[in-house]
Amino acid sequence: MSVISVRELNLFYGNKQALYHINLDVEPNSITALIGPSGCGKSTFLRTLNRMNDSVPNTKITGVVKVFDEDIYSSSVEVERLRKNIGMVFQHPNPFPKSIYDNVTYGPRLHGMMDRHKLDEIVENSLKAAALWDEVKDVLKKPATGLSGGQQQRLCIARALAVQPQVILMDEPTSALDPISTAKIEELLEELKDTYTIVIVTHNMQQAARISDKTAFFLNGELVEFDQTPTIFQNPRDKRTEDYITGRFG
Amino acid sequence: MDRIATVVLTLIAALIIGTLIGLLGFILTQGWHKLNLDFLTSPPDIVNAGGGIGPQLFNSFYLLVLTMLIALPLGIGAGIYMAEYAPDNKFTQFIRMSIEVLSSLPSIVVGLFGLLVFVNMTGWGYTLFSGALALTVFNLPLLVRVTEDALRNVPRSQKEASLALGITKWRTIVSVILPAALPGILTGAILASGRVFGEAAALLFTAGMSSPNLNFADFSLNSPTSPLNPFRPAETLAVHIWKVNSEGLTPDARDVADGAAAVLIIAVLLFNLSARWFGTWVYKKMTSGSN
Repeated sequence: MSVISVRELNLFYGNKQALYHINLDVEPNSITALIGPSGCGKSTFLRTLNRMNDSVPNTKITGVVKVFDEDIYSSSVEVERLRKNIGMVFQHPNPFPKSIYDNVTYGPRLHGMMDRHKLDEIVENSLKAAALWDEVKDVLKKPATGLSGGQQQRLCIARALAVQPQVILMDEPTSALDPISTAKIEELLEELKDTYTIVIVTHNMQQAARISDKTAFFLNGELVEFDQTPTIFQNPRDKRTEDYITGRFG
Repeated sequence: MDRIATVVLTLIAALIIGTLIGLLGFILTQGWHKLNLDFLTSPPDIVNAGGGIGPQLFNSFYLLVLTMLIALPLGIGAGIYMAEYAPDNKFTQFIRMSIEVLSSLPSIVVGLFGLLVFVNMTGWGYTLFSGALALTVFNLPLLVRVTEDALRNVPRSQKEASLALGITKWRTIVSVILPAALPGILTGAILASGRVFGEAAALLFTAGMSSPNLNFADFSLNSPTSPLNPFRPAETLAVHIWKVNSEGLTPDARDVADGAAAVLIIAVLLFNLSARWFGTWVYKKMTSGSN
């Protein structure tokens, strides 16, 4: 069974159509990479999966997006519960101007967790899962904004993990980071895959090739090709995919 | 051409600073000799020399507190609505225009409106509370604007980080956006306080031009001589300056006005300086790892 299942998805900003007839399935415990040139709709598509486009005025959506077999755009869906289940990591690290500890506990506390020991446990587990624990375990009360960019991004991953999601969406999570920090996050994604289902937008094709199981190539709001990552990179069916991955445009 | 522009602009800047220093220097040197504890605490005298400004000083602070108690929740609430909830339509534009018109009303007009509504229609007469309501009308636009701007200046990524964790919009506003905007809101609130403290025209016909003989041992809220009673007339410091200057009978009226002016200007200066200092302090406090 697929974790995410998208059928005939169209998205409009006012009169302008941004996504055309998207069909895509995401399997559990896999990494799915969304690639394509800037403005191709890959980030827009990612944000339809946890309804982050809701707050953009004049957005209209047709088609079906199912997560764990539930139509997330049906009126009975509580968007807070959906987002708790589908974490998100953004392009630029965006820790809150609070301590490292408070950043991780923010989600659990606002969802009603008050038990000090449980919170301590969540902090340790989340930071360990985000491969940040060893670096910050002695400075948990220090401001998160004092961390390096790569550490901040791993803190944001820990913050997302703290509310125990099943799916993690990542919107170019390494594009603002240096190569060493990027490598650390890529390594981390390999581990997270065992527990979570990951969908990652990246404009770095090498990254997609290195870490993902399946790759989706977007162009001008269309999903041109979606297949196993080796197939996309070595034996693409569509001419446009081939042109893009060989660097002829984009 | 460039040199001329530089010289002219520098001269304009110097003129502004010069005016400010001249004005402050004049008021402070004129009033300096009156600044002693007796002047600041004793009640005014209607006929003889040697009266103080004690009740007026107290009234100014008490009115400030009352006004802020009413104006801050309204202003911040409206600011939150304008920044986070108001849809982008004609109605919102109309609200925005109304706020702008309200902010450009002359304070004497607000005072007369207060006389009509908060003094006569309510039947309260000249009271502190009427004055506080008039000053609320007067300061609401500033507070709404400041709150809205401060909220809008919070990076969108902060809001999205919270929403993406499945936190509701309202709780995101309360726990992420408002704290981040607090320094800006505080600065605005303190600047508004300075305006309240120095306002005279809007208070002439609302809080009144007289103050009962206050008994500072009486803390009941409804005794007419209790300083805390919000339904008593209360002449503030700024109003007192105006009154003493225009119809003061005492031989030292001019002296009293000078002294009161010095006190007033020092207080307003303190509000402005503390606004800057407090804003940065709170920002540092909020952003470092307090728990």
